[in-house]
Amino acid sequence: MNLRFALRLAAREARSTTRRLAVYMLSIVLGVGALVAVHSFRVDVTRSIQQESRRLLGADLRFTSSRPFPDSVMALVDSLSKMPGGEESRVTTLLSMAFAPANGATRLVQVRAVEGAFPLYGQVRSDPADAWSELGRPGRAVVDPAVLIQLEVGTGDTLSVGLARVEIVGTVADVPTDLAFQTAIGPRVFVSASDLQRSGLLSTGSLVRHQLFLRVPGEVDVETFLDERRGLLRAQRVGAVTAQDYAEDLASGLEVLGRFLALVGLGALLLGGVGVASAVHVFVKEKLTAVAVLRCLGAGQAGVFSAYLLQAGGLGLIGSILGVLLGIGVQRMLPVVLADYLPVPVAPFPNLAAILAGLGTGLWVALAFSLDPLMTVRDVTPLHALRREFEPERSRLDPVRLGVWTVLVLSILFLSVWQAPRPMVGLAFAGALAVTLAVLGLVATLLIRASRRFLPGAASYAVRQGFANLFRPRNQTVAVVLALGFGVFVVATVFLVEGSLLQGLSFETGEQRSNLLLFDIQEDQTTGVRDQLIQGGAEGVELTPIVPARIASLKGRRVEELLADSVARGPERWAVRRQYRNTFRGHLADTEEIVRGSWWDEGPSPVSGGERPARISVESELAEDLDVEVGDRIGWDVQGVEIETVVASIRRVDWNRFAPNFFVVFEEGALEEAPRSYVALAHAGTEEQRARVQRDLVRAFPNVSVLDLTLVQETVDVILSRVSRAVRAMAAFSLVAGVLVLIGSLATSRFQRMRESALLRTLGAERTLIVRILLTEYVALGALAATGGLLLAGISSWLLVRFLFDFDFALRAPGLLAIWAGAGVLTLAAGVLNSRGVLGRPPLVVLRDATE
Amino acid sequence: MQAREMIIEARQLSKTYTSGGQPLTVLEDIDLVVEPEAFLAIVGPSGSGKTTLLGLLAGLDEPSGGSVTLDGQDLSHLTEDGRARFRAEHVGFVFQTFHLLPTLTALENVLVPLEILGAKRAGGLPIREWAESLLGRVGLRDRMGHYPAQLSGGEQQRVALARAFSNRPKILFADEPTGNLDVDTGGNVVDLMVELNREARTTLVLVTHDTSLAARAQRVVQLHGGRVLSDMGPAA
Repeated sequence: MNLRFALRLAAREARSTTRRLAVYMLSIVLGVGALVAVHSFRVDVTRSIQQESRRLLGADLRFTSSRPFPDSVMALVDSLSKMPGGEESRVTTLLSMAFAPANGATRLVQVRAVEGAFPLYGQVRSDPADAWSELGRPGRAVVDPAVLIQLEVGTGDTLSVGLARVEIVGTVADVPTDLAFQTAIGPRVFVSASDLQRSGLLSTGSLVRHQLFLRVPGEVDVETFLDERRGLLRAQRVGAVTAQDYAEDLASGLEVLGRFLALVGLGALLLGGVGVASAVHVFVKEKLTAVAVLRCLGAGQAGVFSAYLLQAGGLGLIGSILGVLLGIGVQRMLPVVLADYLPVPVAPFPNLAAILAGLGTGLWVALAFSLDPLMTVRDVTPLHALRREFEPERSRLDPVRLGVWTVLVLSILFLSVWQAPRPMVGLAFAGALAVTLAVLGLVATLLIRASRRFLPGAASYAVRQGFANLFRPRNQTVAVVLALGFGVFVVATVFLVEGSLLQGLSFETGEQRSNLLLFDIQEDQTTGVRDQLIQGGAEGVELTPIVPARIASLKGRRVEELLADSVARGPERWAVRRQYRNTFRGHLADTEEIVRGSWWDEGPSPVSGGERPARISVESELAEDLDVEVGDRIGWDVQGVEIETVVASIRRVDWNRFAPNFFVVFEEGALEEAPRSYVALAHAGTEEQRARVQRDLVRAFPNVSVLDLTLVQETVDVILSRVSRAVRAMAAFSLVAGVLVLIGSLATSRFQRMRESALLRTLGAERTLIVRILLTEYVALGALAATGGLLLAGISSWLLVRFLFDFDFALRAPGLLAIWAGAGVLTLAAGVLNSRGVLGRPPLVVLRDATE
Repeated sequence: MQAREMIIEARQLSKTYTSGGQPLTVLEDIDLVVEPEAFLAIVGPSGSGKTTLLGLLAGLDEPSGGSVTLDGQDLSHLTEDGRARFRAEHVGFVFQTFHLLPTLTALENVLVPLEILGAKRAGGLPIREWAESLLGRVGLRDRMGHYPAQLSGGEQQRVALARAFSNRPKILFADEPTGNLDVDTGGNVVDLMVELNREARTTLVLVTHDTSLAARAQRVVQLHGGRVLSDMGPAA
């Protein structure tokens, strides 16, 4: 083979090829850009997190527990902190109501009591700057700016937290150890440890979290130190994390997110590949004569084939290089755009691996997708130059073609698995992509067939000609339906899933649904709280007892033993270790359904005779995690008293419906002796009513916390809107890639269209007739591609909503109609843009230009 | 005569296509020998097998029976790529529809055969200068940078002539070279082709149904129904 000839021919031909295929190159640019940006940025974030790991944790080592740290753990802490260079600080967090005596306003807040120099690494920024250091003295508080706004107070005002009164001395601007979403439940109020003691909340409050931060002397290897003591910590239910582990956890969360984003980029790239294949297909058909002439002149099969392959590769390379540049640009922008969402400031560095991977992937996609259409070049014989009617024969099962397809399928599988967070996700992605493209391809083929067969002869000439264009030789129908259909599919799926989730998550606050949640109500306060609520105008008051407990034994084995055993497969660790908030009642709630076993009043107890253990009902997913079935025994440590129980039933619980739902429900009579608190749900109509009820309650019962669910709804909405903005951006990205391929597909057939319309005009067709023909063609294409995309979106989003998210499916018909119309308009716009030269020029010029 | 080596020797050449499940014999038992530097015209009505014969002689297709030997090389001993290499070295082409590569300029089109060969020099000149001189010879020195679409039919065919002679072929095959041109332009192109042929001492095999063009040939082979109807030697 003469490579120099191939190269030179490729270079010369490229002058015209580039213009023709440039639009496809754009989708390669887009895909490669996304891959490079996502990967480089991911590496930047991971590196920054690693570098800042101590500042993020605020320590070398952090212990967390829901109980005060036991002596055995404190001895361990002391052994480190008492060494030269060692240091400790503590933060105790709980939820409580803050009350502003000046105006009576109340709000659920996160109270954080700080002891010692927190954080040990990095600094809390406060306004004024010295406010944070004031915290060492009792009676001072530094708060989130949201506290000032929501309670309508200012610096210098007093705040009541439980029984303690503190003066607000400033606001926090940045706490490096806290991630943005952690303030979602309630804004933070930082106080001193002695104020927390005075508040009295530690004894009655719930959801208390004790954290101990340690600076470890340089000579101690934290990992080894920790590894030797894991057993003790586990048995004491104390969590321990090093700065290194913490950074890795954070980074791996972002890594998964990054890889999902990379899949979106890959999707765009593969769509570009489909575009490349379709363009090369048309391109090659136009080149058949030229190829035959070259063969007549003595060029070999391989030489001509490689000349065209080189062109495809060259374009892929240029597209990939532009994509890399785009990716680097985006990588530099992301830290600025996403500053609010990132735990650390991120400095962009060029990432060679990401750049090379992007280049390679782009080039490979361009080559792999052009291989099959280029095979036709191989089949051209020189005789084609003498006999125009000659069509190259293609054997059905050409082994080379089969090989090309194998390479293509394997490449897509490889790229998907490589980019995906987990191999299964990659395979699922490749599978979903294949199904989507196959269905859309089928729709396109059916469309072509149907338009040929069922087109009424009575239709006007313009309509018949427009439809006939869909199956003209070298038509782009399949490519357009694939590209546009895919874009519509992604956008509509996101739209439908988002709509169903938003509907499922809304509390429908206008109706008689509970919108106030009260917790930490003590036994002796139940009557008082109920009266107070009813006096304040609240309705539907419902009190539910809560008995905190831990699992002491499971199916006869002690929990300490289970937790220390790190080898055997068995119950999930979190399920064994966690603090449970159980309840007892005689009836099954609306949100529950028995899956196996029976409720108390139906059927016999699984255990009979002798000393009967109390019966419990376990939620189905927890039962799986605990690895228990009906008849298994669980021992509970209810604040020091051990209670033996037996699983009488497994329940499914609809967690999406807002109601007091529980993992474990005891039968009545089993827990009546145990110390417990209550939660209450109530409905108060207006915002003013809710504010008054809260104020009165907090005055009378300072330990009771009230959560205004309408505020939670707002927070949920804010978080959801952030998430949906990101998801929508990803969907829009797919649509842009689809539209690029759409424009490219139509551009490919531009010359043919010009020639046809010139011919029609020569034959006496008026411009309006030609416009009507083109409109028919584009509208039919757009409408049918969009219909295919929407149908697929309907099916996939229904599956996602029902089976992945477990929500009710909400069909948003008006929105879908808008998407459908939008797709039609897009196709029409692309078509009009593409036809702009067709009508303006005299037919003779067009005919002359179009020959050869 | 027999002492001289023949440049083209076709023996019992036949070609059968399958058309609609039926075998269709296009050429039957053609014997044809052509001596070097001859000017041979193949004539006959449409469907007589002219183009098929030209294709077989040039090695563009494989015969169903018989053999073709060009310049001592039996084509049936060569693969398709081997025949391509042989064409690149020894054969030139002129087509009815010119078949210039539309994406290349006139000069680049003339260069194509030389680049296929990987030649650096031709006719004692670097290939670019050689191609330029050929374009000068056909009177298109000032149109070298033009694309085929910017040239008239006659100009395109002259570029095609320059291209056909660029690899200094031993045999030039021409398929209706004037078929797409008006009488005057066609006449000029033929004059040029005959002149070039004489200068380069090339064997010229021409397919046409233009009797005035055939009349200029030294020898005319008339085909009818896939068989040789008459074979008239040089008029002299």
